[in-house]
Amino acid sequence: MIDTLLTHLVKDLRIEWRSKEAINSMLFFSLLVVVLFSISFDPRGAFSRDIAGGVLCVATMFASVSALNQAWAREIRHQVLDAQRMAPTGGAQLYLAKVLANFLFVSVVQILLAPVFLVFYNLHILGNAWLLLLVLPLGTWALVSNGIFFAALSINSRNRELLLPLILFPIFTPALMAMVNATTGIFTGEFDPTIWIKLLAAYDIIYTTVSLLLFETVLRSE
Amino acid sequence: MKKILFGVYAAICIALLVWAFELAVNAPAEMMQGDAYRIIFYHVPSATVAFTFFAISMAGSIGYLVLREKNAAKALAWDAWAVSGAEVGIVFCTVVLVTGPLWGYRAWGIWWAWDARLTTTLLLWLIYVSYLLMRRFASGAQMRTSSAVLGIFGGIGVPIVYIANRIPGQHPGPVFGGDRASGMAPEILRPFLWNMAAWLFWGILVLILRHRFELKQQAIAAAEAEQSLNA
Repeated sequence: MIDTLLTHLVKDLRIEWRSKEAINSMLFFSLLVVVLFSISFDPRGAFSRDIAGGVLCVATMFASVSALNQAWAREIRHQVLDAQRMAPTGGAQLYLAKVLANFLFVSVVQILLAPVFLVFYNLHILGNAWLLLLVLPLGTWALVSNGIFFAALSINSRNRELLLPLILFPIFTPALMAMVNATTGIFTGEFDPTIWIKLLAAYDIIYTTVSLLLFETVLRSE
Repeated sequence: MKKILFGVYAAICIALLVWAFELAVNAPAEMMQGDAYRIIFYHVPSATVAFTFFAISMAGSIGYLVLREKNAAKALAWDAWAVSGAEVGIVFCTVVLVTGPLWGYRAWGIWWAWDARLTTTLLLWLIYVSYLLMRRFASGAQMRTSSAVLGIFGGIGVPIVYIANRIPGQHPGPVFGGDRASGMAPEILRPFLWNMAAWLFWGILVLILRHRFELKQQAIAAAEAEQSLNA
């Protein structure tokens, strides 16, 4: 059970370590989003604190789509996915390993992006900065767990790269709302972000459970 | 026989709609809002119908997933309910999203407020539009499975919206079953209930028509597939 999960995880991490495709494309893309937003909105003073949370979350969201699209595309080449379907192991491990791997990639991007972000937006965090260590992983998990699931769902459709954001963003929006409100609360220190963090955690639990239950169906839908 | 029954049902629906419209126009003006409150005769029934049909769509999705390996023909009928529920539900949800701002502009002075109820209803609308997009983009038997899975994800949103409806915000609180000040005067309650019934009957009529249309389309697609196999 755990062995299978680790095998999948190590494989994905090794591929990424050798190619660095996902992290590089996400990093550059999110950097572009941060620059574009700061040019469009001219962030200064208190205003930068108000919008910074939103920009950070939206930049992560857009950037992760490129990696999520690649997550399963890798498995299509050389019919790897068909081999996975025939393998006697369960789909849940495969799904969880993919989520964990991509969760790590997006987190690495966030860590690398954070200093750039603080500089560009001249941020002085007024609330409990350490709460970000709770909010960002929870939000990233919501994004990646749903994203990997829907990427698998759209894999055999026409224009799958276009379809993924179209079905992912509406479902992800409640989590985005909670994530943006929580980070804004932390940056500005004007309100307590606890309720939004709870909402985010509840969202993670509900949607990850449903994804785990339905992933087998999606994997073997042919 | 079926056709006659259906015709009678359609006639009842239209008669009900005419009667309900008559009552809605002639109901007394409300104490605080004057005539603007009359939106409730359309806004609330449409929301009820939309949410019911989204639930039917989710039930159809679950039914399809459960039956697809045991009984393919029955599973297809369930899938037809899933797509009809989503489509007709979107139409009624659109009515809700259009009539809401019309009233909001009169009552609040703004067209739209990003409070929990409005946002979640809009979100639900977006989720079901993406469901229909999924059906367009994917193809074959896999399309039905994938969209059924997405339909279940969408359905999870309905109770969240319902809970959000009980969180205080800009949107008026629940008229029924809320606090002690909630409830309706009988001279308004009567036209309201008639409108509720009329729009529910009408919605079911459209839903049944859409379901039969989908079944016919499935039959045509199956016949075409067989023809190309034999050619």
